[in-house]
Amino acid sequence: MSYVIEGKTGPWEIVVGLEVHAQVISQSKLFSGASTKFGGDPNTQVSLVDAAFPGMLPVINKECVAQAIRTGLGLNAQINLFSRFDRKNYFYADLPQGYQISQFEHPIIGKGSIEIELQSGETRQIGITRLHLEQDAGKLLHDQDPTKSFVDLNRAGVALMEIVSEPDIREPEEAGAYLRKLRQILRYLGTCDGNMEEGSMRADVNVSVRKAGEPFRTRCEIKNVNSIRFVMQAIEVEATRQIEIWENGGEVDQETRLFDPGRGETRTMRSKEDAHDYRYFPDPDLLPLVVEQAWVDELKSKLPELPDAKRARFQKDYGIPSYDAGVLVAEQAVADFYETVAKGRDGKLAASWVIGDLFAALNRTSNTIETSPVSAASLGKMLDLIADGTINGKIAKEVFEDMVETGDSPDAIVERKGLRQVTDTGVIDAAIAAILEKHADKVAEYRGGKDKLFGFFVGQVMKETKGKANPALVNSALKAQLDG
Amino acid sequence: MLTGLTLTKAREGLAARKFSARELAKAQLDAIARLNPVLNAYITVLPEETVLAAADAADARYAAGTAGLMDGLPIGVKDLFCTKGVRTTAASKMLENFVPPYESTVTANLLKAGAVFLGKTNLDEFAMGSANITSAFGPVASPWKRKDDPSATLVPGGSSGGSSAAVAAGLGLAATGTDTGGSIRQPAAYCGIVGLKPTYGRCSRWGTIAFASSLDQAGPMTRCVADAGLMLEAMAGFDEKDSTCSNRPVPAFSKAVGKSVKGLRVGIPTEYRSPNLPAEVVAMWEQGIAWLKEAGCEIVDVSLPHTKYGLTTYYIIAPAECSSNLARYDGIRFGIRKDAPTLDGVYEATRAAGFGAEVRNRILMGTYVLSAGYYDAYYLKAQKVRTLIKRDFEQAFENVDVLLTPTAPSAAFAQGENMDDPVQMYLNDIFTVPASMAGVPALSVPVGLNGNGLPLGLQVIGKHFDEETVLSIGGALEAAAGFTHLPSVHAGAGA
Repeated sequence: MSYVIEGKTGPWEIVVGLEVHAQVISQSKLFSGASTKFGGDPNTQVSLVDAAFPGMLPVINKECVAQAIRTGLGLNAQINLFSRFDRKNYFYADLPQGYQISQFEHPIIGKGSIEIELQSGETRQIGITRLHLEQDAGKLLHDQDPTKSFVDLNRAGVALMEIVSEPDIREPEEAGAYLRKLRQILRYLGTCDGNMEEGSMRADVNVSVRKAGEPFRTRCEIKNVNSIRFVMQAIEVEATRQIEIWENGGEVDQETRLFDPGRGETRTMRSKEDAHDYRYFPDPDLLPLVVEQAWVDELKSKLPELPDAKRARFQKDYGIPSYDAGVLVAEQAVADFYETVAKGRDGKLAASWVIGDLFAALNRTSNTIETSPVSAASLGKMLDLIADGTINGKIAKEVFEDMVETGDSPDAIVERKGLRQVTDTGVIDAAIAAILEKHADKVAEYRGGKDKLFGFFVGQVMKETKGKANPALVNSALKAQLDG
Repeated sequence: MLTGLTLTKAREGLAARKFSARELAKAQLDAIARLNPVLNAYITVLPEETVLAAADAADARYAAGTAGLMDGLPIGVKDLFCTKGVRTTAASKMLENFVPPYESTVTANLLKAGAVFLGKTNLDEFAMGSANITSAFGPVASPWKRKDDPSATLVPGGSSGGSSAAVAAGLGLAATGTDTGGSIRQPAAYCGIVGLKPTYGRCSRWGTIAFASSLDQAGPMTRCVADAGLMLEAMAGFDEKDSTCSNRPVPAFSKAVGKSVKGLRVGIPTEYRSPNLPAEVVAMWEQGIAWLKEAGCEIVDVSLPHTKYGLTTYYIIAPAECSSNLARYDGIRFGIRKDAPTLDGVYEATRAAGFGAEVRNRILMGTYVLSAGYYDAYYLKAQKVRTLIKRDFEQAFENVDVLLTPTAPSAAFAQGENMDDPVQMYLNDIFTVPASMAGVPALSVPVGLNGNGLPLGLQVIGKHFDEETVLSIGGALEAAAGFTHLPSVHAGAGA
């Protein structure tokens, strides 16, 4: 056991479970045909169903169900062929129906798990309790008027997956690793864009503390934390607060809290006494959701390769180390880029170019892999030029920088700049002759036993040929002339 | 007398060009103008030019030979169906100025069949009631009078009381109703007309203001059984906008009437023979049994052991669903709004001002039975009992084709009677609720008058999606009963 917080009374262990709300990628909302696009003018993507007009009825969107099943498959989870929608009743201005349609008793996805990897390289399994589908609420705008709040229903009714973990997390780093891994899987599956800044992925964090070997103590739920960093901070801050209470002879109250990253503290949002009674009951407007195993199988057969499998394959197929493979599969787009470059080429060399030069260039030019000025095909072509001896590794750096700048193809750059490697032995011999003549004194020293000067001659010849000479040819010819 | 026609007769007359749809519509509008101030059957009457324009269009289709099933037939629409551009109130102050930008599927189907809408009929607020006394637009008066006390204003039944009163009194040839626990059948029985609650899922619920989603079902209220078949044919059909709507084909229901009922097995639920049932209701029931025997039916005693829990179960499930369905009336997006300094204040003020006492009762009951700590004892148990009630019907229907019962335990009562005790009022639904709980079709047919000159109805309950047999049996009862009585107040009287 590793992570503990030292209190006055000794070490405390923390126990964390996460509830992640992940907005489903779909054209239309969970129960209506309205668009789900982000960033539309307020209330322009609202159907009569979303606004809960009298007599309006929900109709399940099959694509959202497919996305939930894909996610369940990606989490190695139980797919429940029978699930049901319930109403969660409460009043709020962003909730037009006066209830949220959710899945309470019979979620579509049951138990699963996620493998996380820590900085130390150690891996752990974090259990998934369940995943269910539910509607998102609208948004309240409080800053438009001094006395009134405004309601934007564009988001109301968009499908969410609530993904609940087991209380398996024992340190902030694990929570971070869990969220990153979950986000990575969702992105690979194309079921959620995982964008926490836009709110398409949000986390509720359940935290409690205990002494080693104890059963669970009372937990608090920290609502709607919107970045991985804040989740990790909130856990530490909240655990510390609870330890202080226990150690001072107090009792932690089960309540819902909010994390204030500015002040680095959590504070009460709702106490247990104020907890809503949601009066869940099966939504009589919807039939139970029954899916066929054959459909699940079909979705499964079309599932993309997931990060863990891809990482293992990259190591095996391209002979790259685990760490590099991990970096390359972190994002699907990078993995695809890498694979386009590496396929049929030197996988290690491809990895070093992508992780090294390409990432540096993207960083420097504020680009992402999607907007990379150098395409995977171009980078591959450049590796081909190295492989077939058209350019050498040093010239390749120059060609690459030109590619970043101009977006031109490597062959065009090589032609334009006349960077083709010199393999003509006549030219090389002539350059060597010139250099040896110019540095007759050094030749004498070399022949007198100062072997180290060989490097100097290579450098001078390369300089003479503007770096274009084939280094291997220069080496052998020089050796022949000096030693021969 | 153009106001006294059945849909079937009117359709024949229009097809034969004996009269125009315009004349037919005008006659109804005149009757409404004359009698609605007395009956209060309509909350909203459509402008004459709107109605007549629709009638003219129907006339043009008759001339062109393209007339639909309901073409040119002037009818009332219960004010629970959203009608595009026409105020739809659910008889609630909450929606007193609500004009939907959409047309409910059922009314859209009727318009497509050529029906001419006269206006929106009164009802109990949000369809909650059995006497049409909870409407925010005032109670509906039954057109019928007691022989022994003609001065008493009787109730037309509820919740579709505006529809039943209008059809009985000649303020429209037929009307739509909705039935959650008896809201079509009981007012039909009280007003001496025919009312059919179809199988749950036969008509789309889309655009009909919800009371209790798992029970609500639209149906026709008409002057004869054949009309009920005709009108249901126009109303019904698959609608992808309602997940609970059936995709079964819609049979030619009107053709089911007049079919021989010989050899059909009619079940008599023994549990319905309550010693508290008034003798004249029992007598009417016995008479119905005798008529069906004469028509060649076989009469069989059947048991529906859980039926005695029907009403209590209903008064858990329906309010539970209602408490949730009515949460959307919060003053934020449509309907009335009462401002207050806080959001909760807006909800409280708006809902206190918008909902009447009965609706508030049911919201409170429903909220209670769904609450933490009570859910298992009430809602969950009620759902289990509901399953048992359904099973009772399924088992009974293994041996019989239909069931025959009284529609209501009494004839219509007067406004003010039964009103202090809500439970007494709820007992009106004792015979109608079980079929609602089971989702099976049920029809009320007027078969005679009681000693006080008031109509009594018998209820025919059928198998899931077997409205045809229900209509056949209903037709046989109708033929045997020969019910032609008219209420004291009707468009043809003293005119």
